[in-house]
Amino acid sequence: MIGFWRKIYAKHDNVKAYSLLSPALILIILAMVVPMALMLSFSMFTQVSMMEIDYTFTFQRYIDFFQKSLLVTLLIKSIKISFLVTLITLITAYPVCYYIAFYVKKNKMLWLVLLTLPFWTSYLLRVFSWKIILGTKGVINSSLINAGILSEPLTFLMYSETAVVITLTHAWAAFALLPLYVSLEKIDFSLIEAGRDLGLSRLEVFWKITFPLSLPGVIGAILIIFIPTVGDYVTPALLGGIDGRMLSNMIQAYFGKINNIPMGAASATIMLTTVVLITIIVSNVTKKLTQRLT
Amino acid sequence: MNNSFIQINNISKHFVDVKAVDDVSFEIKEGEFFSLLGPSGCGKTTLLRLLAGFEYPTSGNLLIDGTDITALPPDKRPTNMVFQNYAIFPHLNVEKNIKFGLRKLGLSNDEIDKRVKDILTLVKLKGYEERFSNQLSGGQRQRVALARALVRQPKVLLLDEPLGALDKKLRDEMQLELRTLQKNIGITFIFVTHDQQEAISMSDRVAVMNDGKIQQLSAPNELYKNPENIFVSDFIGETNFLKAETKSSDGEFINVSIEELGEFKIKNNLNIPANSSDVVCTVRPESMMIDKEKSDWDICLDAKICQTSYLGEMTRFYVEAKGIDKIITVSSQYFNNQSFDNNECFISISLEDISILNKKKPVL
Amino acid sequence: MNEKNSTLLIYTLLYFGFLYVPVLFLPIFSFNDADYMSFPLAGFTTEHYEEMWSKRNLHKALWASIKVGVVASVVSTIIALFAAKAFARYKFRGNKISYGAIMMPFLIPEIILAVAILIIWVNLGFKLGLIPVTIGHTLFCTPFAMLILIARIEGFDFSLEEASRDLGENAWGTFFRVSFPLYFPGIIAALLLSFIISFDEFILAFFLTGSDATLPMYMWGQMRFVQRLPHVLALGAVIIVFTTFFVLLAFWLRNVGQEKAKKDIGIKL
Repeated sequence: MIGFWRKIYAKHDNVKAYSLLSPALILIILAMVVPMALMLSFSMFTQVSMMEIDYTFTFQRYIDFFQKSLLVTLLIKSIKISFLVTLITLITAYPVCYYIAFYVKKNKMLWLVLLTLPFWTSYLLRVFSWKIILGTKGVINSSLINAGILSEPLTFLMYSETAVVITLTHAWAAFALLPLYVSLEKIDFSLIEAGRDLGLSRLEVFWKITFPLSLPGVIGAILIIFIPTVGDYVTPALLGGIDGRMLSNMIQAYFGKINNIPMGAASATIMLTTVVLITIIVSNVTKKLTQRLT
Repeated sequence: MNNSFIQINNISKHFVDVKAVDDVSFEIKEGEFFSLLGPSGCGKTTLLRLLAGFEYPTSGNLLIDGTDITALPPDKRPTNMVFQNYAIFPHLNVEKNIKFGLRKLGLSNDEIDKRVKDILTLVKLKGYEERFSNQLSGGQRQRVALARALVRQPKVLLLDEPLGALDKKLRDEMQLELRTLQKNIGITFIFVTHDQQEAISMSDRVAVMNDGKIQQLSAPNELYKNPENIFVSDFIGETNFLKAETKSSDGEFINVSIEELGEFKIKNNLNIPANSSDVVCTVRPESMMIDKEKSDWDICLDAKICQTSYLGEMTRFYVEAKGIDKIITVSSQYFNNQSFDNNECFISISLEDISILNKKKPVL
Repeated sequence: MNEKNSTLLIYTLLYFGFLYVPVLFLPIFSFNDADYMSFPLAGFTTEHYEEMWSKRNLHKALWASIKVGVVASVVSTIIALFAAKAFARYKFRGNKISYGAIMMPFLIPEIILAVAILIIWVNLGFKLGLIPVTIGHTLFCTPFAMLILIARIEGFDFSLEEASRDLGENAWGTFFRVSFPLYFPGIIAALLLSFIISFDEFILAFFLTGSDATLPMYMWGQMRFVQRLPHVLALGAVIIVFTTFFVLLAFWLRNVGQEKAKKDIGIKL
């Protein structure tokens, strides 16, 4: 009898692999797939009163969502802010990665560790730090006023969309740096030298050789920044004010003060769908871009 | 002595779309030094791993000393393996590496110590007990791997191209040492290699493999003198292939028309059919004679030397001989590239050095 | 690569400044003798640290975070270790789908995970508290741990495990005597980084802790409404020092382990 099972186990790599994978897969199913399926179901219910939920299936919540201009605005704003943050982070981080990949010879690892070190400290604290920096009585304003450059504090720096974008650009920088660095590092420097040798200017070499080859890292960075940013709660809550609110703040309200679970679930589902759609679009665009460039 | 100590019965191993081992059957004798020889991808390593228990056969079964081991995991088989990259545990010193496999044998501590001492002496690594893998040379690591496997006194020792990473001189020395070792301890060795010189010099018998099938299984001199098909003929040593057509049969012999040279009586060892053009004749470079003058051998041809390769112990001549369509290789220990005026020479061939083979490759 | 590019260097250093300065403000102001966080600095004091030390709720929250962090990091590292072994070692069908599935918590905005777990937990009739937070953190840390461990295991020489089996050890024996000692630095790195992620994590805790606060929850409570709480800065500074230490340790271990392993395994054929 043991021999029979032994045979099956020995014969199939599949069996071996899946027995090792089972704890992880069970965790994913029980702690993520099932809860999300339930969340989806709840998005089809109706909150009748504080304690009561009507469990009849309906798509009304989704219709409600798109009829409320506030929610639609928040959704669009969340996407817009995420795009901005992604773009700015990418553009500001790219040169740094380029420098470390091509111009640093010794201790590259050390540079990277130092670069990513700030990000292993509490996210909450970093956001709070920006509150200190950007606030009306904060570092920037008080220094500039004391130095006599300003007579009144700059108000747009706090409780605004601007504050959110600035803070998030800082918050996710490390996530951009790592994948970008990895793909830049893989580029054979002799390709760049060959480009110069063939008469291309520095800029042309960058656009025609370096950048296309670094695309996988760019794409990785885009996804890693964009996805968490869309759903970020802390930054808009701490320094977004009214202007800088994002969808996640609304979702939290639905589960908190407003107590409309189905609406909350529906909003979350819509956020998820948006993220998935954008991810699919980005990967397809990347595939086509890489095909054309290689 | 058990002549079917190891039985390999209709073993096949398929990987997705590749037949790594294709319905192979043969037997290995107890105490034999047996080699699996072939080019990369021929299936020899897969076959070895099937014997060790690291792969499970798609079909067929394996027996060692009468026991069916097919479904047994590696730790329960009476085999031990010397890995191609030695697989020395980097976190254990030499002594602990060698002791590693003794834990599960239920021996007393005294017995363990004795065995370890003896094996270290046998592989000439006494004094190296405390060293770690990164403090050993390639040859020393190889001995540790050998010692570690042998100390368990397995019924069968499997060696996966163990000498591949060593330089030539060390390799030649190790070949001799392994051979002597095997004869002294009497364990059955199954040795995998792609180096035909290695296989021929060390083994009692060799199985030549290609495309997952056994091409020929014989003693080394049989392989060399009487290859049974084109693959073996080409793989072992150097061969010249000559166009041929069989005419009439003549008992043990067969009349063959060779290139433009005419008809000759060749010994028909493989029962090649008469009146066939699906055949080829082979003759080894070292069996032909190159000389400045004509000889009285069965065949003597005018020839012109196109190229030479000086190899120290012999010289290889690439010649165009009259009546033969292609350039043939002749090797000689007597003459070198300086010897011939105008590159003109005579090539002599004896009929008993010509073999006749089928063009298609039969398999066992 | 012989040229030096000073513009890029200056830019890089400025960028470093941009990254570090906000973080450095916390320790700076934690010693500042004032209730407002602005320049010029008022004077040096350690009273905020003393205040921090005395708050009982802070200690409770700290302890809660440690408990959650230890459990989440240990469980997720174990789960990730087995999964990483499967991906690095075996070719099997459904490879990519399984990988994508296990990476999913990483690829979805955390708030959605938080909401989903909240809904199921409450509807199953359980109370909110540290347990659902731990489950959420385990879920969230597993992909991180797995990435670290896959990278580590991929550099591993599998013939070492085969050799162990060949020498008579069964699968468990092989794991304890060969694999585990060699994976060890990677395991420690995964543990440390998972712990830090859990310790730091806010949104899952926010939705799921109910009345048992974790440290980020405590800080949130202090930050949210009242501006003048310098002892939070002191707390922040302490956390920064500790986290930095652990991160450096994790990276050092990861690299030391790999250098040694590469040297020891010797000839690569």
